[in-house]
Amino acid sequence: MVDPYLRRKVTDRVVRGACVLGTLIALVPLFSVLYYVVVQGIGGINLDFFTELPKPVGESGGGMGNALVGTLKLVGLAGLFGIPPGVLAGVYLAEFGEGKFAKVVRFSADVMSGVPSITVGIFVYSLVVVTTKQFSALAGGIALAILMLPMVTRTTEELLKLVPESLREAALGLGVPKWRATLRVMLRTAAPGIAVGVMLSVARVAGETAPLLFTAFNNRFWSTGINEPTASLPVNIYTNAVSPYEDWHRQAWAAALVLLITVLILNISARFLVRSRVRAR
Amino acid sequence: MLARSNVSLIRPRSKLRLALGREANFGDLAFRRLTAVFAGSVVVLLVWMAIQMALASRLSLAHFGLGFITSSNWDPVRDQYGALPFIFGTVVSSLLALLISVPISLGIAIYLAELAHPKLRMPMGFLVELLAAVPSVVYGLWGIFALVPWLRETVEPFLGRTLGFLPFFQGPHQGFGMLAGGIILAIMITPTISSVCREVLRAVPAVLREGAIGLGATRWEVVRVAVLPYAKSGLVGAVILGLGRALGETMAITMVIGNRSEIAISLFAPSYTMASVIANEFTEATGELYLAALAEIGMLLFAVTVILNVLARLLVWRVGRLPEGGRL
Repeated sequence: MVDPYLRRKVTDRVVRGACVLGTLIALVPLFSVLYYVVVQGIGGINLDFFTELPKPVGESGGGMGNALVGTLKLVGLAGLFGIPPGVLAGVYLAEFGEGKFAKVVRFSADVMSGVPSITVGIFVYSLVVVTTKQFSALAGGIALAILMLPMVTRTTEELLKLVPESLREAALGLGVPKWRATLRVMLRTAAPGIAVGVMLSVARVAGETAPLLFTAFNNRFWSTGINEPTASLPVNIYTNAVSPYEDWHRQAWAAALVLLITVLILNISARFLVRSRVRAR
Repeated sequence: MLARSNVSLIRPRSKLRLALGREANFGDLAFRRLTAVFAGSVVVLLVWMAIQMALASRLSLAHFGLGFITSSNWDPVRDQYGALPFIFGTVVSSLLALLISVPISLGIAIYLAELAHPKLRMPMGFLVELLAAVPSVVYGLWGIFALVPWLRETVEPFLGRTLGFLPFFQGPHQGFGMLAGGIILAIMITPTISSVCREVLRAVPAVLREGAIGLGATRWEVVRVAVLPYAKSGLVGAVILGLGRALGETMAITMVIGNRSEIAISLFAPSYTMASVIANEFTEATGELYLAALAEIGMLLFAVTVILNVLARLLVWRVGRLPEGGRL
């Protein structure tokens, strides 16, 4: 007969070990992805990659300058359309967020953040691309903005709620109307945190591919303005990866390296910014 | 007497103003209204998306009716569309992903919330969250050139040798297929499930743990008898959220699942998902019925994920709060 205490102790050890093991297993793909992207991508990184257009099949060299600019353009448009409404909606939820309406808004934002990004692509396609009769950076930017909106809204709300109420009371006590107290005191205090949240949502949409496939589409050349089909890094990674050409694969890895480094830098710096703020408090 | 009590020192507010809102200051009123408009835009957008998707797919809805989801005949040349193979691929790959991911995610959540040394908690949690930061298309690229060859050369032959008597592990080893799709989805939903589970576990009152410890329970027994029963509905919610993400995931799975619309029982066989068929065919779709059929697949995805999200969030809200702001 096994000592029951020993059995409990062994079970405890085994389960705890399994939990640690599970965590380590989950991290294997992360490191594998990092390893592959760095090793395969580093060779394709040179000045041409950032400045040149992609070369036609068969010619080696060339770059993804247009996709780089395109991604910046798309993310910029997404920020333009997504951040201000998101912040204002977040302000509403934090300041007047007790009623039924606010509950519905909060719930919708959460549900919206779970909607597949490709369906957002279809939505924007049928709305913008069909009416303007062309794929465009504008359509891509709108699609990304829709993905950003719920993230920005909820972050803004959460961070505004962290600002101590005494700050508002001090402002109100000085005779400042509520709306100015909110904008000049509450929002300004929460601004660095909100900026971090916005940074994370930018990192998120910068790597989105699915909603761009039939909104911004792709372009082998430089695109001017926002009314033309526009190349982007993620879409180019996709088209190059599924192509049969060795040169294109190399470009895809290089693009993945650039994208991954950008996204990781945004995430890691957001993490440290948040931590230093939490410590200071 | 009566007249005097009606005289107020405060200027009476006009009927119009009162009808607009309770604020005394016009700026306050305008501010609340303005922010309310933007808050409302979130709701409007969600409803609008639902309506627009239905409009975009009405042609196909009217033409095929229920047959759309029961027929497996997808033939753009003859303008015949049945989405069953894609629904099958989506459901099976997502369930496979859950099968792989749920035990691991639960382990992560329990480790991070209950067991890990406080100094390790932050960095480990951060690393797991970084899994969610890697863009889908980068997972796809890695899937094509790292995961698929590994599956083809090592994993599938091994599974074929040891478990080959089961119908799931038979057939040629191609790498690209359901197994690759399930694994890549599992990687991508693990951070979602584990971070929600972790928040749910954190929301369990400390008193419950202390009670169990006081009775002499080991660390695992504390989790089993005190924490997990309390957190149960929240954990189910977390899994449903993960399922929602898996169903809608597009790029990575498109790149590794093989994209062949067949219903096969073997996990080694290539398959096709709803999101993949939209990604692959939408820009090339000529003809209104073709586009409408693809839009209908999108609408089905949209409807299912919205329902799953509503359900999951209600379950999670019962236990505690979700991690803030995160896209789940």
